[in-house]
Amino acid sequence: MFANRRTQSSIPSYIVLILLAIFALAPLVILAMNSVKSTPEIGRNPIGLPENVLFENFTEAWEEGNYAVTTRNSIILTVSTIAGTLTIAGLAAFALARLKLKGANLIAFYFLVGTSVPAQLFMIPLFFVWREIGLVNTHIGLIIIYCALYAPFATYLLRSYMVALPEEFVEAAKIDGASNWHVFRHIIMPLSWPGFLTAGLVIGLNVWNEFLFAVTFLPGTENRPIATSLFAFQQRFGRDWGLTSAGSVIMVLPIIVLFLLLQRRFIEGLTQGGLKA
Amino acid sequence: MTYSSQAATSPRAAKWLSALGRWAFVLPVLLLNLVVVVIPSVAGLAVAFTDWTGYNVPNFVGLANFQRLFQDEIFFLALKNNLVWTVMFLTAPIFVGLLGAYILSTIRHGQMFFRVVYFIPYVVASVVNTQMWRQLLNPRVGIGPLLAERGITFLDFPIFGTRETSLFGVAFVDAWHFWGFLVVLYLSAMSAVDVELYEVARLDGASRFQQFRFVTLPSIRPTLVFTILMIIIWSSTTFDYVYMLTAGGPANSSELMSTYLYDNAFSRFDAGYAATIGMMMSLWVALAVAGFVYLRRRGWEI
Repeated sequence: MFANRRTQSSIPSYIVLILLAIFALAPLVILAMNSVKSTPEIGRNPIGLPENVLFENFTEAWEEGNYAVTTRNSIILTVSTIAGTLTIAGLAAFALARLKLKGANLIAFYFLVGTSVPAQLFMIPLFFVWREIGLVNTHIGLIIIYCALYAPFATYLLRSYMVALPEEFVEAAKIDGASNWHVFRHIIMPLSWPGFLTAGLVIGLNVWNEFLFAVTFLPGTENRPIATSLFAFQQRFGRDWGLTSAGSVIMVLPIIVLFLLLQRRFIEGLTQGGLKA
Repeated sequence: MTYSSQAATSPRAAKWLSALGRWAFVLPVLLLNLVVVVIPSVAGLAVAFTDWTGYNVPNFVGLANFQRLFQDEIFFLALKNNLVWTVMFLTAPIFVGLLGAYILSTIRHGQMFFRVVYFIPYVVASVVNTQMWRQLLNPRVGIGPLLAERGITFLDFPIFGTRETSLFGVAFVDAWHFWGFLVVLYLSAMSAVDVELYEVARLDGASRFQQFRFVTLPSIRPTLVFTILMIIIWSSTTFDYVYMLTAGGPANSSELMSTYLYDNAFSRFDAGYAATIGMMMSLWVALAVAGFVYLRRRGWEI
């Protein structure tokens, strides 16, 4: 009787869930369809299926938006930040998880304070210092900032993986006289690769999408990533909806594909530790 | 990097060396964070008491920036907008998040599918999200004129260009990409609730709503409080969506503290005053964290 009541009442449940799914996906589907329409067609038919599929929007957006350069810039920023952050966060996570550090609580407190400070507060002095020492408009200048911003999150994510590793591996190595570095490099790091993958994906997503620091610290046109150049592109071609939609699709498509392939890791990483995407 | 020389040194020195060796692993993160976040934050607090433009040698001006702040109508408008923003995010997305998660927790098939679908907007970049909704809510080529042809006219006006609606329009676009994140958080908290509690409630004749109210909600309280704290903190610093969709306009109607600060720091060469606004944002965050710590001390499991 219970099971029967459940199936009956689950139809309204599915209706609500499907409506929510449409709410989540419809804007993205419309964006994708508009990216292959001409702008006059979008005026006549703003949310329907395209009458003529027009791939020229993509080639034109790629050229006009200088995507060959901005994609390269975004990849440089993303890959370097992932590598830099995982290196320093991996080391710190190892020490917090596996070495008896006096003052580990102090570090946790320090990270808590450091990650709750509003970015806008430290951005002002940081910008003028970065300008003084010539780091504004350089990739390395922004990569250093990203590494500092994302390292506390990555440290705690990796630490939770390393704490869960079985003790025996480490003990065996220690008896053989291995140094801390050796234990980290050859035992802990290979065993906690899922943590590195998860943290890397979350950091990569954040860097790819990041706007505030990118627009401030890379104001020039040659070094900027897709996010800020796409914004400028939208301002320039404001009413050319087909073209700007194509420009947006170029930026978001790789992310959605990667997310669908590795959704478990993305969701796990993004819902741990308050890092806003 | 083995410490083979340790045997030759005194035990005390060896102990120090080994402590140093352990701390060396944490040092890069701490130093980097110190240089990029902590020192500039302290400098930001200090700059609030100066007339720094960003280019001159700053002069100490006492509380002049604060006097100016407390007479600045635009700042109070921005502060009010931040408060309205917080209230909006504490209601609609949490309601939809709880609704979606609760329904998902009761169905048998497709839980994973819906979870992934709802999460997709959360990985979409702000610059793409705003482009999409700028078109959908555009008075010429959006859904507004389309609905108007069928006699539904309430969306047929420039939402971002009207003073009364600009802030709500921007908040809606931001919330669209946020609620799915809450669904996933609440769902994982709900799936940890003991099934027996629901069975007991059902035997007592509790309706679905009563089960939600008296079993689910108390069980997921730590997650709920955590998301409330996060929303309060993030609402004070939110920037991208307003900057991209309205730049605070029209006539400052959607101005937030963050956009007003940005404008002062980087367009008006008023870095000292901008830092004062930054200090107010920090105060907001500090109050939220203090409230959280207080509740925890009072024995709340959060």
